[in-house]
Amino acid sequence: MKKEYTCIVCPRSCTLTVEEKDGICTVTGHSCKRGEEYGKNEYTNPKRMLTTTVKIKGSNLRVLPVVSSDAVPKEKLLDCLDYLYGLEIEAPVKLHDVVLENILNTGVSILAARDAERME
Amino acid sequence: MNKRQVDIAVIGGGPAGLAAALKAKQEGFEKVVLIERDKELGGILNQCIHDGFGLIRFGKQLSGCEYAQRYVSMVKESGVEIYTDTMVLEITKDKEVYSVNQQEGAVCWQAGAIILAMGCRERTRPQVGILGTRPSGVLTAGAVQKYINIQGFLPGKKAVILGSGDIGLIMARRMTLEHMEVEGVYEVMPNPGGLRRNLEQCLNDYHIPLHLSTTVVRVHGKKSLEGVTVAKVDENRKPIPETERYIPCDLLVLSVGLIPENELSKQAGILLSPVTKGPVVDQNMMTSVDGIFAAGNVSAVFDLVDYVSKTGEAAALGAAAYLRASEKEKGKPVPVEAGENIAFTLPETVEPKDGKVTFYMRVKKSMEHPEISLTCDGKTIKTQKLLVAHPPEMISMTVDWKEEYTGKLVMEGREV
Repeated sequence: MKKEYTCIVCPRSCTLTVEEKDGICTVTGHSCKRGEEYGKNEYTNPKRMLTTTVKIKGSNLRVLPVVSSDAVPKEKLLDCLDYLYGLEIEAPVKLHDVVLENILNTGVSILAARDAERME
Repeated sequence: MNKRQVDIAVIGGGPAGLAAALKAKQEGFEKVVLIERDKELGGILNQCIHDGFGLIRFGKQLSGCEYAQRYVSMVKESGVEIYTDTMVLEITKDKEVYSVNQQEGAVCWQAGAIILAMGCRERTRPQVGILGTRPSGVLTAGAVQKYINIQGFLPGKKAVILGSGDIGLIMARRMTLEHMEVEGVYEVMPNPGGLRRNLEQCLNDYHIPLHLSTTVVRVHGKKSLEGVTVAKVDENRKPIPETERYIPCDLLVLSVGLIPENELSKQAGILLSPVTKGPVVDQNMMTSVDGIFAAGNVSAVFDLVDYVSKTGEAAALGAAAYLRASEKEKGKPVPVEAGENIAFTLPETVEPKDGKVTFYMRVKKSMEHPEISLTCDGKTIKTQKLLVAHPPEMISMTVDWKEEYTGKLVMEGREV
C-alpha cells in the first residue's frame, strides 16, 4: 500500500509518501524527523492536537482556551470535544494547569492555554 | 495636557509590540511604555486558540494563547510600563504620542523613539464588492473567531465561507467542531490562499469542500441573512451567470485578506509602500521618519507570528541604536528591487552598514526547487535554494551585509 499525505507538522507542508511493505512503513518526501514520524502515524494511527475552550467560573474570561498535552487519536477527537463541553472549571488558573487528566482514557491531559485571574 | 518623557513608546500590545517592548527593556532603557487599546495584552493571539504557533521562536507547537501568555508574562516581569484600555489618537513627526484612557484622560508622551505595532485589519464586504441586501450574519472570520473563542457563543447554524486564507480555513474547522454546519469554502482565485497544512487539517479532515474560481455574488435576506448566491468565475474573475447557485445559510464568513493598519502612520507623514500597504522600512525596521520604527503586521502582513516577533526585536534593536547614536551616522538607504517572481521584500531598503540583514518576502507564483538570489549590480550576494515556494508562504533569508553594497540591488526567484 502506498499513500500520500500533506504534512501538518510545520508551515512547510511537505508532501509525504508512505509505503507499507510487510508491515514496515517507509516515509519519503519529509524534510525532518518529526515529518517522518507524522507520516508513519498518519498511516497507522492518525492523531490530532485538541484545542477548544471550556466554561470558567469566577474569572474575567467567559471561556478558557485549553490545549491537549499531546495529540489524541483522530477518531476520538469529537468525543473528547463533546466531553469538554460539559466541563466547567473555577478560576484562578495558570498557564498549563491540568484542567482534566487522561481524557476518555487516551492518556492525554487537557491543559489551560493561558492564565485566568480570579474576579468576584 | 499631561506630558511625559519616555525613551521608547510602543503602540500596540500584540506579538510585535510585546517582542519590541521586551527587547527594548532588555537593551537597558529605563522608560519603555507599551500602549494597548484592548483590555489586555496579547492582541489577536488571544482569540487564536488553535495550535501551530512558535515552532521557530520556541521550538515547539503552541496555541496562539500559549504563545501570547509566554510573552505577556515576560513583558510583565521586565519592567515595561503597560497601559491597557488606552487608545492612541495621534502621533507626530516629532515623536509625540497622544493617548487617552479613563483614568488619566489625555496624555502626551514625548518619546525618543516610537515603535508602531498596530497590526492589521481584515478586509470587509465593501472591499470585495458583494451585491445584495445588508442583513446581519455577514461577518469577517476574525469577528467569528472572537464570538466563538472569546465571547463563547455561536454566531450562526449554517455557514458559507468566502476566501481560503488561513483564518477562513481555521474557522471552517472551529465552526465544525462547535457543531455548526460549514457548507463550503469559496475562493475566487484558481489557487487556495492558505497554507497547505491548513487545507489538510482544517478542510480535508472534516470533508469540507473547497470551491476554487468561485465566489459569492449576492447576499439575500432582509433583517438576517437567508442565503447567498455563488457563481464560478472566468479567467478575468468575472462571474459566469449560468453557473449561479443559491445556498441557504445564516452566516457568511469573509476571509478575504488583511491590510496593515496605518491610520496613525499616515498622520505622521510616514511613507507607505503601495505593495505591502505598510511603511517602507530599512533593515532596522525604521520608517521614512527618523526615529519611528514599524514591527510586525503593520509593516507587511506576515504568515507566521514567529517572524512578527523577530521584526519586533529588530525594531527594538534599531530604536536602541538610533537612541545611542550621538550624531547622524546614517548612510542613505539603498532600495531593494523586487525582481522576477518576487512580490515584495521586507525591508524594501537597506542602510549600507556591515551586519546581518534578514529579508522576508513572498513569491508571485508557485515554484518547485526555486533559487532565491540577491544581486548587487548583477553580482550575486546570496543565493538560497528551496524545495518549494508558494505565494501564501513567506520566505526568510538572512544575508551578511557589507557596507559596499550600494549598487542596484535586486531580489529574484527562479526555478532551476
